[in-house]
Amino acid sequence: MDFSLSEEQSMLVDSVSRFIDNDYDFETRQRNAARDEGFDPATWRQFADLGWAAVPFAEDDGGLGGGPIEVALLMQQFGRGLVVEPYLANIVLAGGALRQAGNAEQKSEWLGGLIDGSRHAAVAFAEPQSRFDIADVATSAAAVDGGFVINGSKSMVLNARNADVFVIPARTGGSRNDKSGITLFLVPADTAGIGIRDYATVDGHQAAELLLTDVQATATAVLGNIDGGFDTLRSIVDDATLAVCAEAVGIMSTMHEKTVEYSKNRVQFGVPIGSFQALQHRMADNLIACEQSYSLMLWAVMLKAAGADDTSRAISALKYQIGTAGRRVAQEAVQIHGGMGITWELDIAHYFKRFSAIETLFGNADFHLDRYVALSA
Amino acid sequence: MNVNFSADEIAFRDEVRTFLDEKYPQDLRDKQAQGIRWDREDHLRWQKILYEQGWAAVNWPVEYGGTGWTVIQKYIFANEIAEADAPDMIPFGVKMVAPVIYTYGNEEQKERFLPDILQSNVWWCQGYSEPGSGSDLASLKTRAERDGDHYVINGTKTWTTLAQMADWIFCLVRTSSDVARRQEGISFILVDMRTPGVTVKPIITIEGEHEVNEVHFDNVRVPVENLIGEEGKGWTYGKVLLQHERTSTAGVARSKFRLNRLRRKCGESLHGAAPLIEDRNFARKLAALEIDLKALEYTDLRTLAAVAVGKAPGPESSILKVRGTEIQQGLDALFMEAAGYYALPYVPDQYVAGFVQDERVGAGTETRTSLTYFNNRKASIYAGSNEIQRNIISKHVLGL
Ligand SMILES: Cc1cc2nc3c(=O)[nH]c(=O)nc-3n(C[C@H](O)[C@H](O)[C@H](O)COP(=O)(O)OP(=O)(O)OC[C@H]3O[C@@H](n4cnc5c(N)ncnc54)[C@H](O)[C@@H]3O)c2cc1C
Repeated sequence: MDFSLSEEQSMLVDSVSRFIDNDYDFETRQRNAARDEGFDPATWRQFADLGWAAVPFAEDDGGLGGGPIEVALLMQQFGRGLVVEPYLANIVLAGGALRQAGNAEQKSEWLGGLIDGSRHAAVAFAEPQSRFDIADVATSAAAVDGGFVINGSKSMVLNARNADVFVIPARTGGSRNDKSGITLFLVPADTAGIGIRDYATVDGHQAAELLLTDVQATATAVLGNIDGGFDTLRSIVDDATLAVCAEAVGIMSTMHEKTVEYSKNRVQFGVPIGSFQALQHRMADNLIACEQSYSLMLWAVMLKAAGADDTSRAISALKYQIGTAGRRVAQEAVQIHGGMGITWELDIAHYFKRFSAIETLFGNADFHLDRYVALSA
Repeated sequence: MNVNFSADEIAFRDEVRTFLDEKYPQDLRDKQAQGIRWDREDHLRWQKILYEQGWAAVNWPVEYGGTGWTVIQKYIFANEIAEADAPDMIPFGVKMVAPVIYTYGNEEQKERFLPDILQSNVWWCQGYSEPGSGSDLASLKTRAERDGDHYVINGTKTWTTLAQMADWIFCLVRTSSDVARRQEGISFILVDMRTPGVTVKPIITIEGEHEVNEVHFDNVRVPVENLIGEEGKGWTYGKVLLQHERTSTAGVARSKFRLNRLRRKCGESLHGAAPLIEDRNFARKLAALEIDLKALEYTDLRTLAAVAVGKAPGPESSILKVRGTEIQQGLDALFMEAAGYYALPYVPDQYVAGFVQDERVGAGTETRTSLTYFNNRKASIYAGSNEIQRNIISKHVLGL
């Protein structure tokens, strides 16, 4: 076992953290989030130019050959900076689907654009009734001459408004909750029959509901195997879960550090509030929670990198930790800031909102504790 | 001891129900049901309806227009109001400044201010906190200097809830620094918000709405008649008010209503999915919260019963504040969990304009859910933070 970072990994962390410190302050973040796209295209191109978008892809696919460790390190820093640029949607989710299941033509058509930042994509991993169960796919894809016709609806499709292409899981066999019978389709966003109702989310990001009415997909639109899309879907959603947990670890630690700093400067009763033992113990607990979460993150990430069997179980453990201990850190950070903690003006409130959204994304603490139990059996 | 209502109490409950059925306007009900914020006129209209019925000032002495109800009647009334999903009275006038005026004010002040509060002709706000004085309220710096028949006020109040709607503000101000204890130099003064030199600046809160403000006083001249009680005694008056405030922040009836609504919602199926209440994790959390709430309900009733036989709400009111707000926040979090992804869309324009069910983003769950969760983090911060409440319990109840 080895916890040290390689030279490349250290350089990656340095470059992202320098970028966050120098070029991505809270005002910049708020400005980017307020744009129509929900992020800043120039910044996104910069992420591509710096090679960050290429990190998890194989060199043959035009990537840098990195893996889950590099992605987690990046996401942790993105959490620190509350980055709104669509790394999760484009690179982890859609890029992951193409990377894992795409054939040579599909990769050559889409991966280059995702990696150089010129194109966007979105994976429709949830449906109105599905909650966190990604096997609950009611959207159907009926085989017709020369292809498929897709009908159904999708919800919380991240980055949908910018997407040039959607990855749409639809049912080609089995019944609603079956893992088999799900097929992934790669459908250009301008295909007739795709209704997009987009909205901002409470954490400053973007998502949409998709209404799919007789959407035509050719046989070449199938990503991976017919009826066999679930494994890819689960794998990319696991990757995405790990990625947002790493982001959450970055957010928690930042909230914790800012809170300790605030408590040293805010004076009440003639002394800094950090001198009150009631608050000291809670900040000590927050530190413990941050360290414990980081430890679980490393465990999950290292298992993933090693291709271990119980990676999914570790990811659920981490997500549970984030949704419980992490939630307390986020709530305490707001509480210890007093009234200031709930003002729009202060970054703490926005860290809190992003953290809360992450609690929900890809399954909350209850969901992942259940999954942990099921995977432990 | 008897756990059941008497026949009279049941008759009273039916009377309140009938009143709400008949007099709670449909347009306001709809707004409330859709999560659209009420504006100033909405609140005043509803409060005037309560006044017409004689039910605006539940806790006041009868001589000033109070109801003279028993503890149980008040409890029934609060439950029925919550059950009808009608909002509580805006507290600053009727629940906060009025008790100070009828307890410590002179006859002229009572005549001048109480009827307008009772009839909801005037909107009040609370000017206690300052940028440098939150938990440590006694360190407040806003000064009022005597100049002939006036006080001249200078300073800044902050976190002032709904000051943008208010006609009057009641303030704690420093009238003397030359005292042994800082508390002794503080006075309780009423200020007309239209007085030259008063300016209100919005503070936007975490969920993106305008609920609190900074209120600046720049050489604001206030007639001495607006001083309540004695100069330098404001701290004592203000503390009485804070204890009332804490008791009323328990919000038991409202939490019961919300808990039942959450249970109902989770018993429904969302587009063919299994109802969430069938998820054992969730059902257990909901039950645990309900048990906490039942305990609080009885603690609340015990406290009210003690008040009814003449005891002022003492440090015990801190128990109600702490548990009441923790339960509210627990409910907020459960609503978030229940809504799943549908807690996340942020569509602020729709909360104002109103929206029809099928055009709503998502599958019909409340899109205000997370805004409430975010905003209500305030509950453990305001009205004396929960840390301060625990300090009060430690010091004044436990004698530590
Ligand atoms: C939404 C909202 C509405 C409000 N409305 C009004 C209003 O209408 N009028 C009004 O006058 N005020 C209002 N307030 C102000 C409120 O009363 C203060 O926010 C509160 O008193 C806390 O003060 P502070 O925000 O300055 O936090 P601080 O006092 O700076 O406290 C920061 C943290 O330190 C903790 N702390 C402080 N002292 C101690 C101690 N001795 N021991 C342990 N912990 C301690 C606090 O509990 C808190 O967690 C409102 C506040 C909010 C958030």
